[in-house]
Formats: sequence, structure tokens, C-alpha cells
Amino acid sequence: MLAKRIIPCLDVKDGRTVKGVNFVDLRDAGDPVELAWQYSEQGADELVFLDITATHEKRKTTVDLVKAVARQVNIPFTIGGGINELADAEVLLNSGADKISINSAAVRNPKLIDDLAKAFGTQFVVVAVDTRLINGKNFVHLRGGRDKTEIQTEEWIKEAESRGAGEILLTSMDHDGTKNGFDNGLLKKINEQIHIPLIASGGAGNVQHFVDVFQQSNVDAALAASVFHYGEILIPDLKNTLRSNGIVVR
Amino acid sequence: MVGIVNYGAGNIFSLTAALERVQVSYGMINRKEDFDLYDRVIIPGVGHAGAAMQKLKETGLVDTILALQKPVLGICVGMQLLTAFSEEGEAEMLSVVPLKTLHFNQRIDHKVPHMGWNSVQLDNNNPLFRDIADNVYFYFVHSYFIEYDATYTIAKCTYGLTFSASLQKDNFFGVQFHPEKSGKYGEQLLLNFSKI
Repeated sequence: MLAKRIIPCLDVKDGRTVKGVNFVDLRDAGDPVELAWQYSEQGADELVFLDITATHEKRKTTVDLVKAVARQVNIPFTIGGGINELADAEVLLNSGADKISINSAAVRNPKLIDDLAKAFGTQFVVVAVDTRLINGKNFVHLRGGRDKTEIQTEEWIKEAESRGAGEILLTSMDHDGTKNGFDNGLLKKINEQIHIPLIASGGAGNVQHFVDVFQQSNVDAALAASVFHYGEILIPDLKNTLRSNGIVVR
Repeated sequence: MVGIVNYGAGNIFSLTAALERVQVSYGMINRKEDFDLYDRVIIPGVGHAGAAMQKLKETGLVDTILALQKPVLGICVGMQLLTAFSEEGEAEMLSVVPLKTLHFNQRIDHKVPHMGWNSVQLDNNNPLFRDIADNVYFYFVHSYFIEYDATYTIAKCTYGLTFSASLQKDNFFGVQFHPEKSGKYGEQLLLNFSKI
């Protein structure tokens, strides 16, 4: 059976891993290549690198990082941040990235999803969506949750799928950084409406939260950062607990 | 030494990185004469099978590949090239095996592509899977599959239906999953291929 995936997320700034609490107050959590290798040894199924300071000037640092990860790590990984056009994505593909994640750039220019899917295949294109609940409705937010848009989250995700997104990475800004669990209700609702894999993000605080998100929303993968970076959850322990709860993991 | 057929179907950085990790030396095959430099051959491939077949034809290497006596390993779309026909682009393929590459859509009600880690059941003691246990997980990313066949399938996988995770005919091998992204078992498989 297809296994549910556990994905540590590494926020990268200037070639170093950081994790913000609610996307502010960044703390240094180490060397990304070293962390990536350790996670793959521990049994992580995939990795996501978000380059939160990606600019054109910094692009070379990112490419070097992607190459270093691809050389040393034997599991798939996604790179996100600062991808605004086909050329940005192509460089990352040729450096060994398995997937790219786009967020704000796709909202500003939805056709980018079509173009990337056509050029590199839908499996290469992850659309990341940051959502926040306002007056009972979920709205897409940009810049790490700082800027509200008028776009409703469910509508945007369905559009992204129809344009050729291969996967959706959904972060609930209301849950992110709280360690109170994933937004299982929203994730279940979205998951029932799409036919591409859904990655849950935002809110992981303990092992039970992962059991809950898979059992309650049936998402394909769950992503977390700080609980892994600071050793609060060890991936082998997490997988044992998931297994004993009847959830198929590698 | 492994020669990688360089026909422009997808990125091979991850594949060469994996070969480097298991210390298997490799080079690129661009012309017919290059085949003589290597004792085994990998045909990589991602993306559209019909388009990949067209690109392979344009290299002029098809007849040479079909006549090869040394071990050949097709990976992902590279394995689908070994079949007779693909529904992706309604394209005639190399016909090394008399099987078809079919679309998951309309045949299963699961999400497509089949993306992630799935367990693989081994059908016999094939040297390609030496020191790899039954039911271990490999990493898959594909929307098309090769039908299961009792004669040619050497490892199978189930995603709504049972399909060929790996096949063999004579010196031709194929894997649908990505050994270069499948952790230590994937690396073991590449190492095994280098010793077949």
C-alpha cells in the first residue's frame, strides 16, 4: 500500500536552517545538508526546503545547496522560495530538485502553474497555500501569512489543481506555530475535493497530532519543522506510533 | 562502468549522484560508438513517454539499443520505453516486451499520479533485487503503469490495481520506481545492477 509520508521542512536563510515561531523570531537550527542527511537516515520520506530569503542575488547559494543535498541525500526533496519564472525552476531541476514549490508567484500569475506543469510535468509542481480563517471563511495569504488576499482558499486550490499542480502544501496560519495540532477539519474538506496529493502543514506539536491528521483528514503527507529540528519528535518513534494506529508508513 | 543514454528526457543529476554514492563509475552515451565504452547501460527518463520515445528515435540509437547483449536498465519512463505501446501519446515503443503502458485514470479511483513510497512484492530471486527484502518500499512518481505479466514481471506493486514495479526480459531490466530516490534499497538496486 502507498505509505503516508512524513516530511520535515527546513526553512533556509543564507544557506542555514532556521525556523520561525509564527514566521517571526527566527532561530538557527543548523546546517541544512547535515540536517537533511540525518532526516533521511532517520526515515523521513521526503524533505522540503523553503528558501525564505530567496532573491535573484541569492540564487547561486540556493543552487549550491540543492546540488549538495542531491549529492548526499537519497530521498526526494522539494525546494521553494523565489521561483517566479520557468528559468528559475529549470535551474533547480537541473541541480537535482525533485519538485519545486510555488506560492505567491502562482497567486500573482496563475498561468505560471500551467507553464511549469507543461514544461516539467505536474509531478514537479507543488503549489503551497497559506490560509487563515477570517469571519468563518478561509482566505489565501501571501508573504508567510502577512498579506491577506481576497481569494478563498478552497477555490484557489481547485484552480491550482485544474491548472496542473501536482500536489498541494496547505499551511494553516491559524495553527502554525501553536503546536496544538493540524487543522484537520479544513484539511479533510479540501482533501475530499481534490484528486492530487495533499500535504498538511501547521500546528504539529506531538505524535498524536500526526495520528489525528491522518485518521481524521486522510491527507497524503504531514509536514513539520521545529518539532523535528529540536528533537521533540523523533521520526522512528513517530512512525512506530503511526504504525500501531493502523496507519501505513514506510 | 555504466553508460547512461543521454537523449534529453529529463534530469539525470540525481541518478549520477546516486551512482557516485554507491561508487559505480559512469559516463554518457551520445553516439553509437559510445556503447562500446561501457559494460552496462541505463536508460533514464521522466516526463511524457511518447515524447521520450520520439527523442530517443531522433538520437538514432534505437537499433543499437535493441541489439545490445549487455545488461540494460530502464528507469521510470525508461522502463516504459521497453514496452510495445504507451497510452501516453498513443505511441509505439521499443517492443522489448509485448506489454502495454496504460493510464491509471479511469482504471482506479485513487489519486493520480501514484506518488510516494509503496511496497514492492518480489516474484523470484532476481539478481536485480539481491539483498533487498520482500515488501520494502520504493519511491514512485507516475501516472502511467505497465500491466502485470506473469512472464516478465519480477516485482509487482499495488495501487488500486497490481502493476509491474520491475520487469525483465533477457538482458533488459526495468524499474518503474526511482532507485536514485528510494533510500538505501534503491542504492542497493543500483549496486546490484552494476554487478549483474
